[in-house]
Formats: sequence, structure tokens, C-alpha cells
Amino acid sequence: MENIRYDLITALPEIILLGMAMLVLIADLFLKQSNRIAIYGLSQIALLVAAYFTFTTHAPGVGYAFTGAFVDDTMADILKLMIYLGTSLIFVYTRQYIQLRDMFRGEFYALVLFSVVGMMIMVSGQNMLTLYIGLELLSLSLYALVALDRDNARATEAAMKYFVLGALASGMLLYGMSMIYGMTGSLNLAEINHALMTAEKTHSVLILGLVFIVAGLAFKLGAVPFQMWVPDVYEGSPTAITMLISSVPKLAAFAFVIRLLAQGLQTMAVDWQQMLLIMAVLSIIIGNVTAIAQTNLKRMLAYSTISHIGFVLFGLMSASINGFASALFYIASYVLMTLAGFGIILLLSRKGFEADKLDDLKGLNQRSPWTAFLMLIVMFSMAGIPPTLGFYAKFTVLQAALQAGFLWLVVFAVLMAVIGAFYYLRVIKLMYFDEPVDHHPIQAPAEMRVVLSANAIALLFLGLMPQGLMSLCAYAIVRSLS
Amino acid sequence: MLEYFLQHILSFSIWLPIAFGVAVLFTANDNKPCVTRWLALAGSIASFLVTIPLYTHFNFADGGFQFQERFLWIASFSINYHLGADGLAVPLILLTSFTTVIVVMSAWEVIEKRVAQYMASFLIMSGLMIGVFSALDAIFYYVFWEAMLIPMFLVIGIWGGPNRVYATVKFFLYTLLGSLLMLVAFIYMYHQTGSFAITDYYQMPMPLNVQVLIFLAFFAAFAVKIPMWPVHTWLPDAHVEAPTGGSVVLAAIALKLGGYSFLRFAMPIAPDAAHYLSGFMIALSLIAIVYIALVALVQKDMKKLIAYSSISHMGFVTLGFFIFNNLGLEGAIVQMISHGFISAAMFLCVGVLYDRVHSRQIESYGGVANTMPVFAAFVVLFAMANSGLPGTSGFVGEFMVILGAIQVNFWYAFLASFTLIFGAAYTLWMVKRVFYGEVANENVAALKDLNKREFLILAILATLVLALGIYPQPLTDMTNATVNQLLSHLSHSKLPAGF
Repeated sequence: MENIRYDLITALPEIILLGMAMLVLIADLFLKQSNRIAIYGLSQIALLVAAYFTFTTHAPGVGYAFTGAFVDDTMADILKLMIYLGTSLIFVYTRQYIQLRDMFRGEFYALVLFSVVGMMIMVSGQNMLTLYIGLELLSLSLYALVALDRDNARATEAAMKYFVLGALASGMLLYGMSMIYGMTGSLNLAEINHALMTAEKTHSVLILGLVFIVAGLAFKLGAVPFQMWVPDVYEGSPTAITMLISSVPKLAAFAFVIRLLAQGLQTMAVDWQQMLLIMAVLSIIIGNVTAIAQTNLKRMLAYSTISHIGFVLFGLMSASINGFASALFYIASYVLMTLAGFGIILLLSRKGFEADKLDDLKGLNQRSPWTAFLMLIVMFSMAGIPPTLGFYAKFTVLQAALQAGFLWLVVFAVLMAVIGAFYYLRVIKLMYFDEPVDHHPIQAPAEMRVVLSANAIALLFLGLMPQGLMSLCAYAIVRSLS
Repeated sequence: MLEYFLQHILSFSIWLPIAFGVAVLFTANDNKPCVTRWLALAGSIASFLVTIPLYTHFNFADGGFQFQERFLWIASFSINYHLGADGLAVPLILLTSFTTVIVVMSAWEVIEKRVAQYMASFLIMSGLMIGVFSALDAIFYYVFWEAMLIPMFLVIGIWGGPNRVYATVKFFLYTLLGSLLMLVAFIYMYHQTGSFAITDYYQMPMPLNVQVLIFLAFFAAFAVKIPMWPVHTWLPDAHVEAPTGGSVVLAAIALKLGGYSFLRFAMPIAPDAAHYLSGFMIALSLIAIVYIALVALVQKDMKKLIAYSSISHMGFVTLGFFIFNNLGLEGAIVQMISHGFISAAMFLCVGVLYDRVHSRQIESYGGVANTMPVFAAFVVLFAMANSGLPGTSGFVGEFMVILGAIQVNFWYAFLASFTLIFGAAYTLWMVKRVFYGEVANENVAALKDLNKREFLILAILATLVLALGIYPQPLTDMTNATVNQLLSHLSHSKLPAGF
């Protein structure tokens, strides 16, 4: 009895959020369209309550629940809080957009909350099956969200593509997991790690299992050579959903990688390091070079995401506490940048107009100097130019890779960063050096403007004072992995 | 109060112009630009006045860092907010804050479009460049070094000429590429020493192959900025397309960031590599001095001509660095300051003509001296200074470097002294074609002479050019102790024992 109580308390935030998501679905049935704003409020409250319980149940130690299938440690709590914050921002940014496109329904909020629960389970999974269930909950919610705008042919196509390729990746992941299970006799990560200490690690089934797992992870992260779905899904989905796909799930995917590779398969680091290295290099090349040729802003950001993932892999492949902490710092910075970037696209959209072409940004400095300035910060941050947060993100990852001895790879990565700077500069060029073609006034709710400004200014502020976020990330990793 | 101010004078010098820049942004209203202009002028003058005590309270006998401020900034990587200035940095800081006043004045009625953003860019840039000159922590320095690109990118791109986008993107990417390699070198040294403090790097022993790589990483960053041949090609483009203020800041200060950084980082951190590669560096410098001067000779665009002349003159600076003697080094520093005044003046003069006729081509002019006699007198003075006439500041630096070079190798000095001929040729030939002869066309006939504002700006610069040419001692007194200390540091090998 005591055990069950402990289990439930450990998973309290997940349980509460799940309950609230159900509540949203039910409440939606009884609400008229004019009162539907209550759903929005309820979803925000759900996140707030979950955040409260995550915060209050936080203990400095590591707590295992459900016979070791679920873990509550510092990294999980910090990542969950980041996920709540990111999702809350998404709700604020997307409200007007989905209202204007007839997507302002209970399903949207319920599905997003379900996906958040999925992410939380991924973050806390300590057993291969738990991790897999979390991943599927996230993925299935996202597939449905992409297709939420039923009459939009491109969105439906994107959803189909996303679903087919995503299912393929899940299959690979599951296949790899079954091989590891066959070799070690356990699904629990700690037990796998223990079993592998004595196992002969050159066994071909083990290696093959690892390859499948890494391939599945790379699919979900969107790393080259498993990146094909990223640009199409980013471009085809409604911008509100693109924003969701590209931001917070990356935090969960990071935790997924850490749980599987750094905790479960830690003893095979030499093998997965090489795989991550190749994927990191390819992602940075393909992401940066292909982004140059894009005319669609969402597609360009998709390739930019691929290159950012490459940098995250740089941190991960260092396979040290320093490397993992820097990768977490990078991904947290990335999420903040992406949210602000897509937030600005949403701000510029209006009914019947998507603002997703690069040319739609032309002359923004003359239409709205403040919005242009916010986008300027986001772009320089993505390019990694100080004094913005993006610089420290690149800096920490590069120093971790250099510490691990990858000097020439670091030199290569910075050369690629110069290529990357080119297409970010092009956005700034369009905003500042060109004349506007579109003269519609920018209309947005006040709370969106305020939050979006705070988000972008935070990139500048954290670029001047990065210590807090750095310590937080280092604390999360040190507490959970050492 | 005064005590507190003097302890934090470098912070004030950096943050005051930046604060004024941000304030100016909030006055944005192109219908009433007067508020913006006066606020910007007040900000630039206040920022200049704040830097004056750096000279008056400077201890001339001390070659080390003065006015130091230090506290922990980013604990995870022990990065410090560490400022300090020595005899090398203080003149350049003063030059920066002074040039900003000139730039703000020169933009007065000329810039009509988005005045606030223009003025703010230059004020913020001024603070950032002073940050580069006074940061003593590698990452802190790097942040200023890169951040400075952002306002310059916007200045060239928004207010520049027809081909401005190409020029400004080229400028940005060229500089970024070099800087990132420098960042890798910093991170490498951080992992060796556990610190980002420049002074720790000075003490760090390194084998020659490592030193050479580190030196080359710095070279990639600084040679682009100076710029040295053959990585100079961004400069003519950027200069030609930039608005007058942008050209002035680029020539007067941005190029000195590279020169300064060679003395602050590349040479003292990797002294053995600096000696080992000195032949290479001298060769590049001499090519810049002679070959680029010949390139300048055939230019048809006045701004391009002055841009090439800048590269040629900066060749003297790097030549002075790498002959490793007192005369050469001090001459190079004098040359940096003097070039700051002269190139600023030359670009302002082109700006005066461009504002009236909207052409930078030499062939669009002829006989301007007939319609603008006062202006012509100024231009002739600056042209003489640019070609190194004794009595002007241009002569002092070049002469010292040539004297220094003779002590090392006669042929270095022989080749370098060609510049006195070529420099005079391209500058005076341009002056002849633009200012003398018959009035070429009705545009020139309609020209009005300098207004009060333009006269004031050029008169200030002319005074400084002459003052530094006749009595350079205040400057050399300031740099003397630092130069001696640097040379003694450079003469000690940093190779680890056993090599």
C-alpha cells in the first residue's frame, strides 16, 4: 500500500495533467463557441497546476516508482518545468491564429496536453517500454494535430507523411529495443546497464540493436540522414502546429537520448559516439547548406532546426557530464529561440494570410520597428552572434567537443556556422534593407505582444547574463547522471 | 564621487554611449529629427568627455594595465568582467570616442531617413569598440568584437549605396569566419589553462607547432579586420557602399581593432610563432604597401581609392609590428592614430562632395577649387598628410617605421619607402583631377562652399593632423612604457623546457 502511494505521488504531475486534459475534452462538449475561451484558460491552469506539483514534489535525490519503470530526478523535474513553460507560451502565441482558422476547439488543447503528458513520460521513463509509450503518446497526438485543419490538403499530406515515417521510426526503435532485451534479459535501463558491464560488447546483435535504436532516435530528432520528413512537415502543418513540433518535443527527445544512451547503453559509448559524430557532421552540413536555397520561411527554419540538432549531437557525442550539460543548454536555448521565431510568424499572420514566405518579411522595419528588432535578436541568436543566447549555446557545445578532443571537428563546425549565418542575415536583410510590399497593420492581442517581446528580449538578456540557465542545466545533469 | 568615477571609468566609457544609443532609439520620429540629433550629439560629447580622464590620470611610467575593474561574470567558465587599459589602448579609446562625435556631426542634415536608428547605431558601436580596446578577458573581448558587427552590418545595409547588400553581407561573413577561428583558439587555451584571462595566456608555455596554429587562428581574425593582403577584398566594397559615417568609423577605428588585437593577443600569446612567421608577415605587409598602392593609382572611384590607400597604410602598421624594435612598434601605433584622423578626414571630404553632386567618380568632377576654395584648401592639406608630408601626422608614423625597418633589413625599408612616392602619386593625382583645371560641368559650377558645420569638422581634424605631425610626443610618451614592456615580453621564448 505504501508503495502504491509513493508511486502515485511520484507521478502526480503526469496524473494531474492527464486528468485536466480529460476535463478539457469533457468541458468542451458543454461550451458554446463564444465561451470556448474558457478552454484556453483551463489549459493554462492545467499547466500551472502541473508545474506546482512538479515543483513541490521535487526531491534532491532520485526517486524510482512503478518498480523502477519511472524515475523522478532533478533532470526530469527541470525538463518538465521547461516543457510547461514552452507549452504555455505556445498557447499564448497560437490563440489568435487558431481562432481565425476555425481550429479553436477543445481537441486542439486536449491533444496538446496529451502530447505534454507523453513528453513528461519520455522525460521520466526508466524502462524501455515506458519510454516507448511516452514517445507514442507524443507522436500520435502530433499526427492528429497536424491534420487538425481537415480541409487543408497540404496539412493532411504532411500528417500522412509524418505518420508513415514516424511509424517506421517507432518500428525501428522497437526492433532495436527487442534486440537489446534479447541480449540483456531486461527492459529496465539500470539493469541493462548492469548486464552490459560484463557482456561482450562486440556481439553483433548488441551492435545491431544499438544501430536501430540510434536510427530511431535520429528520426525523432530529425538528424541527417533521417531528416526527410522535417521540411515537409514543417511547411505543410499549420504554423501553430509547426511551432509545437519544432520546440518543446525536442526537450523530451533530448531526455529520451540521455535515458537510453547515457544511462542504459553507457558502456557502449564508444560505438554510439561514432554514430552521433557522423550524424552531427552531416546534419550541420545538410541543414546549413540546404537552408540557403529556401524561399519559405518555415522550410528554412526546418533546415535550421536540422543544423541546430547537429550542434546538440556535438554536445551529446562528447559523452561527458560537460557535454550533456552543454547539449541541454543548447536545446533549452534552441527552444526559446524557436518559440520566439515562430511567434513572430504567427504575429504577422492574419486571416487568409500565412506570412510564411521569406518575402513576407520585406520592409518589416518600416512597418513595425519593434517587431523587426525582435526578429533581429532571434536571427542573430540562431546564428550564434553575441551578445545573444545563441552564442553561448554554440560556445558551450564547442568547448565540450573540444574538451573531448575533437579539435578539427570544432573547426569544421564553426566554418559551417558561417554558412549558417548567411541565411539568417538574409532574413535581416529583407526586414531592414528592403522596402515593404505588404502594408496591413499588425493585429495581435496585447498579451501575445507582451509575452513575445519578453521571450525575444530574454534571448538578449540571457546573452548578457547566461550564468543562471547554464547553472540550471549543469545542475540537472550532474544531479541525475553522476 | 570622483574616486568612484575613476575606478569605473572604463565601464562608463563603454556603457554611457550605449545607454545614450538606446535612449536615442526611443526618440525615433523622422518628422522631428532635431530632438534625435541633439540628443545624439549630447551623448557623443558626454561619452568623449568621460574618456578624457583616461589621459589626464594616466600613469606614464607604468606599462601595465591601469584603471582595472574585475568581477566574476560567468562562473561556469570563470569568465570575468575584466577591464583595463594600457598605453596602447588609451589612445585608441580616445580616438574612438572622438570619432563618434565627428560622425554624429557629419550626419547632421545628411541623414534624413530613420535618423534615430542611424545615430543609435554609431553610439552603440562606439561603446562596443571601446569594449574591445579595454576587455582583458578573452570571451568578454570576443563578445564586444562580434557584437560590433551587428550595428555596422545595419549601417551599411540600410543607409548604403546601390550595391550595399552585397557589400555588407560580405563584410559580415568575412569577419565572422576569422573571428570564429579565434574563438576556437580561445577555447583551446581555456582547456589548457582553465582560464579566459589574457594575462594567464601571456604566461602559458606552448610548443612551437601549437603556437603557430594559435597564431594562425588569430591571424585569420585580425588580418581580415586590418585588412592585410590578400584578405582585404571586403574593404573596398564595404567602404564604397557605406554611408560617410560608416566609412569613417570603418577606416578610423574598425581597422585599428585588428592592429590593436595583434599586439594584445597574437604576438604576446604566441611570441615564438610571431618570430617564426615574421618573414611571412613582413612579406604580406610589403605587398600591401607597394602592390595595393599601385592598385589605388588606377581607381576611378574616390572612395575606393581611399579604401585602397587605407590598406596600403595599414601595411605600415603590420610592418612596424613584425620588425620587433622600439621604433617600428611605436611608429606603427602613431601610424594607427594618425591614419584614424587622416582617413576619417578624407572620407568626410568625399562625403562633402557626394552630398552635393551624388557621385563618387573622379571623372564627374574637375575644377572644384574654383567653386569651393576653402574646401579645396582642406583637401590639399589632408592629401599631403595622406602622402606623408613632413609636418603632418602621416609623416611621423611612416618615417619611424622606415627607420625601424632599416635597422633590420635595408631592403624592407627600401620597399616600404616606395609608398612615399606612390602615396603622393595616387593622392595628388586624384586631387589634381578633381580640384584643379577648368570647371568641368554645371554640377561643379553650382557647388557651394563648406557650411559652418562642415568647416568645423574639417578644421578640428586639420588641427589634430598638424598637431600630431609637429608634436607627437604626448602620444609617444604614453605608449613608450607599454611598448618597452611588450618588446621585452616578446624577446622571451615561451617554448616549454626541453624544446
